[in-house]
Amino acid sequence: MESYYAQYGVVVAVLIAGIGLVAVAFTAARIVAPRRPLPEKLTTYECGIDPVGEGWAQTQIRYYIYAFLFVIFDVESVFLFPWATIFERLGMQAVVEMGIFIFILALGLLYAYRKKVLQWA
Amino acid sequence: MGPLAQAVAPSHMPIVLRPLLPELILVGTALALMLLDALRPTPDQRPFVLLSLAGVAGAAAATLSLWTWKGPGSVLGGMIAADRFAVYFRLVILAAAALGILLSSYYLDRAGEARGEYYPLLLFATAGMTLITAASDLILIFLALEILSLSLYLLTGFSFRRLASAEASMKYFLLGAFSSAFFLYGIAFAYGATGTTNLAGIATALASRVNGDALALIAVGLLAVGFSFKIAAVPFHMWTPDAYQGAPTCVTAFMSAGTKVAAFGAFLRVFGVAFLPLAHDWRAFMGVLAAISIIVGSVLAIAQTDIKRLLAYSSIAQAGFILVGLSAGTQAGIQSAMFYLAVYAGTVLGAFAVVAIASVRGEEHTALSSYAGLARRRPLLGLALTAFLLSLAGIPPMAGFIAKVSVFSAAVQAGSWPLVLIAVLASVAAAFFYIRVIVLMYMQDPAPEIEGVRIESDPAGWAAVLAPAFLTVVFGILPGLLFGLLRTASVVRF
Repeated sequence: MESYYAQYGVVVAVLIAGIGLVAVAFTAARIVAPRRPLPEKLTTYECGIDPVGEGWAQTQIRYYIYAFLFVIFDVESVFLFPWATIFERLGMQAVVEMGIFIFILALGLLYAYRKKVLQWA
Repeated sequence: MGPLAQAVAPSHMPIVLRPLLPELILVGTALALMLLDALRPTPDQRPFVLLSLAGVAGAAAATLSLWTWKGPGSVLGGMIAADRFAVYFRLVILAAAALGILLSSYYLDRAGEARGEYYPLLLFATAGMTLITAASDLILIFLALEILSLSLYLLTGFSFRRLASAEASMKYFLLGAFSSAFFLYGIAFAYGATGTTNLAGIATALASRVNGDALALIAVGLLAVGFSFKIAAVPFHMWTPDAYQGAPTCVTAFMSAGTKVAAFGAFLRVFGVAFLPLAHDWRAFMGVLAAISIIVGSVLAIAQTDIKRLLAYSSIAQAGFILVGLSAGTQAGIQSAMFYLAVYAGTVLGAFAVVAIASVRGEEHTALSSYAGLARRRPLLGLALTAFLLSLAGIPPMAGFIAKVSVFSAAVQAGSWPLVLIAVLASVAAAFFYIRVIVLMYMQDPAPEIEGVRIESDPAGWAAVLAPAFLTVVFGILPGLLFGLLRTASVVRF
């Protein structure tokens, strides 16, 4: 059992080598690199434009909602096409099941309509 | 006849939906509530609460009827397991959902966040949670994981006008999506190694090999990472404190209990069935994960000044304790982990329910300092929180004590006593911050600015506090009630 887990020593060795590599690289950079602190270097954009206001901003999500609604039709067709090639062999049960599936997707569309996300305003 | 047509031909595969009935009821109720919200918008939450409770009760009844299921071990082409393992987990999750619903209406009213989407989302999340514990195919597990995660991302950001909530939702979403990628990658490797995504099939394929091969081991690692994100084990816990703190407290209560139980249910099934032949390899991995979760969770909890963050770090440590049971890799280990999960779910849900009631309007008073003198202002609330904290700390006669003992004894039987030693020492250290809150509640005077704040709730909210408190004590004194069920429920069938 001990020797079995010893095989995982390679993983530990790789882990240590990985940490060591990063540590050595950063320490070397710290020692070798020149250091000239300037207040300008602390600004957000060094190119010179000072940031105004805060980072939170509202985004128009109109297109995002349309992408969502597109998924309703997209998913529908993804399943409808393979179903259409074999539903004859499966009989009534398959028709009913596809009906349930489309009904659930249609509910999503109805929900979107009632929540007034279909209006472009 | 082509292979596809053969696979779907009705004569070859009778479609048995009964083991899936709980999820169908939940999703049906959620759709009905969605329609109700769209067609008859009303600020009154009562119909939503009653209907969703009815849906959860219906699902629970359907689940209970599966306890005596005599049909095949798995249905729908091996996708859904119809075992008592799934029944047990579903019942725990449905109980958590019911308490979450009870807690929500008063909280949302008070915070001014009552919107119709809430209850359908909660039910969808519940359906995902119950589905994942019954799924016996990696693809279906992934699907259920996404159903529950997507709903929970939205619920976390439900108070989106509060920046902390929006931020929590964003963090949870980004890290959750990241972990889903790990999980999917793991599924791909599992398929590559064994040629199937079915758990039973994977177990058979792996058992017939003498040496564990690299592909399967990579799959084990990646899937463990994916699950570890969901159960919030260190080092995959970074989202937990922020998400738990930012989310509306009623959501935090539900998701801290439900997600962990659901993810652990799938975790136990995947590792206890599919990857059991590789147990020698993953046991050590789980042990390390458990140890660092317990240590990091307990140590970081000591430094917290906000009760929601404190409970979040505590839940990270609890994930570690449950992993101790899993790392035993035995039947007793699975059994103890299942007991622990039920106890954990009740305890943490109750604790967050107290927080939801005590924070008055939305998220006003969640700082630890505002719990000073709580026991004097609201004796029952203080007593309930004391019971939950003692149970989390693992002090008798609370259920948490029995849970810890059973997990530890399973691990000792499996020979991993160093892990148990670490866990015991860490739980002694962890007792400090639980007891600090109790001391604060009983022995200090309330700060003058919150002295006059009235803490109120409706009966439903009280039920969400008192029912778990009652169970925490009962299962602490009579653990045999649960262990009796677990003797048969911890056997995974396929």
